[in-house]
Amino acid sequence: MFDPAPQVVVGLEIGTSKVCAVVGELHPHGTLNIIGLGQARSRGVRKGEIVDNSAAAEDVRAALAEAEQMADVEIRSVYLGVSGAHIQSFNNRGHHTIPSHDRVIMEDDVRDVVGNARAFNLPADRHVIHVIRQHFIVDGQPGVVDPVGMPGAQLEVDLHVIHGITTRLQRPIRVVKGLQIEVENIVFTGIASSLAVLSPPDKQRGVLLIDLGAGITDYVVYADGIVRHTGTLAVGGDHVTNDLACGLNVSQGRAEALKCTYGGAQVGPDVKGRTLALSSDHGLPERPLNLEHLRRIMAARLEETFEIISSDLEQHRLLESLHAGVVLCGGGARVPGITELAERIFGVHAVVGRTQTISGLVATLDQPEFATGIGLVRFGAFQQPAARGSRWTSRLRQTLVHWKSMLRVL
Amino acid sequence: MNPSAGVSSTPTSSPPAPPGARVIGVGGAGLQVVEGLLRQGLPGIACAGIHTDARRLQSSPLPRKLLLGGQVSRGLKAGEPEVSRRLAEAEPEALRHLCEGADLIILVGGLGGNTAAGAMPVLARAARESGALALVLATLPFDFEGRRRQVQARTALEELRSAADAVISLPNQKVAALLDERTPLTETLEHIDELLGRGVHGLLRLLRRDGLINVDFADLCQVVRGRPAESCFATAEAEGENRARDLVEKLARHPLLDSGRDLAEADALLISLTGGPDLSLKDVNQVMEHINRAAEHAQMVMGALMDPALNGRLAATVIVSRRSTPELAAAAPGGEIAADPAPPAAEFPTHDAPGAGGREQIRTPGSGASRHFVPPPPELTPEQAERLLAERAGPAGIRRRARGKPEQIALPLQVVSKGRFARTDPTVYQGMDLDVPTFRRRGILLN
Repeated sequence: MFDPAPQVVVGLEIGTSKVCAVVGELHPHGTLNIIGLGQARSRGVRKGEIVDNSAAAEDVRAALAEAEQMADVEIRSVYLGVSGAHIQSFNNRGHHTIPSHDRVIMEDDVRDVVGNARAFNLPADRHVIHVIRQHFIVDGQPGVVDPVGMPGAQLEVDLHVIHGITTRLQRPIRVVKGLQIEVENIVFTGIASSLAVLSPPDKQRGVLLIDLGAGITDYVVYADGIVRHTGTLAVGGDHVTNDLACGLNVSQGRAEALKCTYGGAQVGPDVKGRTLALSSDHGLPERPLNLEHLRRIMAARLEETFEIISSDLEQHRLLESLHAGVVLCGGGARVPGITELAERIFGVHAVVGRTQTISGLVATLDQPEFATGIGLVRFGAFQQPAARGSRWTSRLRQTLVHWKSMLRVL
Repeated sequence: MNPSAGVSSTPTSSPPAPPGARVIGVGGAGLQVVEGLLRQGLPGIACAGIHTDARRLQSSPLPRKLLLGGQVSRGLKAGEPEVSRRLAEAEPEALRHLCEGADLIILVGGLGGNTAAGAMPVLARAARESGALALVLATLPFDFEGRRRQVQARTALEELRSAADAVISLPNQKVAALLDERTPLTETLEHIDELLGRGVHGLLRLLRRDGLINVDFADLCQVVRGRPAESCFATAEAEGENRARDLVEKLARHPLLDSGRDLAEADALLISLTGGPDLSLKDVNQVMEHINRAAEHAQMVMGALMDPALNGRLAATVIVSRRSTPELAAAAPGGEIAADPAPPAAEFPTHDAPGAGGREQIRTPGSGASRHFVPPPPELTPEQAERLLAERAGPAGIRRRARGKPEQIALPLQVVSKGRFARTDPTVYQGMDLDVPTFRRRGILLN
């Protein structure tokens, strides 16, 4: 049988350590295949936000070119991952009284209640990135997934809203558009990562995803199958490197290398009192470095990062709902012992997330660093018309920013 | 005219005051203030006046008067501070006589005037030599009086700092900020005199040693002495229900305290609360709580007094020593010298301040041309004097503002190097700067 040509979906993440473009192929019957990957070392980004436009543009160009070559396609548009300390989130509830005599909830009522919930006030300089629907509440009964056809007098809905400062969101968009490439949509990188590594059962049971990036740490909490909470913390692997450079009195480059070679999230008995005899760049012997100090500095930073996230979840009373534990991704998930540290702080099971739900370049892509890129492609795939097969949800699409359909698929 | 003829013979006795307190007005402004005090009636305080102007001195009702240089200048005022200094130095006997028998001498004068600027340091030294504590209360000239006067006042102030036990200054320009712009000049001047008078009153009240919580001269010295920074004072009064709060607010907005900025930058602070018989612990508590918060880095000396005349009211006298910047401290080592018990009077350097520089040294016959070697001023170079002057330029001074900013930045958090995040938006979480290495913030020791 003759299939129409598969659609190309590209996810682009302009991260602090690397720019990563992932090319996916979406077949008409819904399967997603990763066919290309392009990477470039990022030079114009700090803490997840672009600080050097021209350098960032160059890196994006290089990453896209590599991805184009590998996938043998021409990239015209991308789904762009955004992050940054300015991104915030909140939950908002909308109310609607059912006007019909028989008191049966119709699709129009659902649209109205969502419209009411979207009527929130944001400062003028903020832009909404995502509006994610949580659960419906029918006559005070929470946790209703699909209220259409149910009898009820009062319909309420909770929305999770992620927003950021408009001008800072525009920075990466401008960089990409400057390369004559369209931006289909912007996606919060935490959400993108969660799409790549979290499985529906995990989301149902309650899970915390932490994306330990180089410049920024994003986290997303799912429970009962919906997004409960999202957050960012502008602390990442760069901070670990910087701490090491400060504490051990070495250069940033050397600190980075030390972190990757000897790093660990816990001090452990094996490093107590151990020193490393390192040679300088010229091969001359240098003063010895204390491995225990290195680990202590790293552990302090990672511990603090987790503790801040933990206290944020505690404030939102979400710590108890993490029945499926903690999933880590991003470059920071490679640090030895990081899962044990997370287990200690959150008190639940912790694993490094795997992007196993995607076909294609599996071996290459099953790395925690690519979770965001793959998640962006996934996000894009949900938005492509061919992937949307659900019935009435197509009507909600405009208002719900494609979240409904995505949750269905998952 | 014989100089000693101007000095009346009997010093009045002073039972309730600090034993042997004496207020001496130097120059025109000083005389005004002391006369004002005399009119109000200061029980048991001996008042005296010194001037170079015979006519002004003659019309003064003060019981003890000293005319400087009656023979040299024929009582026609001193043309510049150097002259009055020579005149004062030429009459050590008369000065000593004036200071004799007193334990505390408060010198009052306007440093913009020639007599005060020249003679006050000499008198302060004489007072100390005669065994009394010398406390100087001086006004600094208005901005409009010109740069020369400012420099002269500055120089004199520096000199006084090394000569006297304690110096408290009152910049006229700041007083002007207290008043409506359209206030007549005479009223403004009267107001300044009144302020100075109140300052003297406040000081005497403070030192009378009958307070509920005592402050004595040693405490005062602790605040104002040995600090290269300037001390300033302010008084405020409030009454009614919320008098404690009102009082704090008045102090916080007080122009003499730079609208409270002096409090925040205070290095040492002396506060004396005076209330009527109804002075409650709550009042004291409330005021002190606010003051402590406003001046958290300051060394605090606190006193409380009861004055039946103040029934229902609450008054506070605050003396503040500002923290000085390092260059200011370097410019004025006078603070250290102040601890020296007897600075040699004869070898006082001439200040080659800008404006005063280049003019011929006037040598009076009394002093003799060869008596003094004039070394370059060690305390204050012209640039330093200028810098001090610029900083002095009052609330509108741009440099003062500019200096205020870096103070803000110099939070302890920022002192620590942030490495590659030095120029990024700080990541602040609950008041912590997360860009600073965690192990530093948590005090994890690496040895």
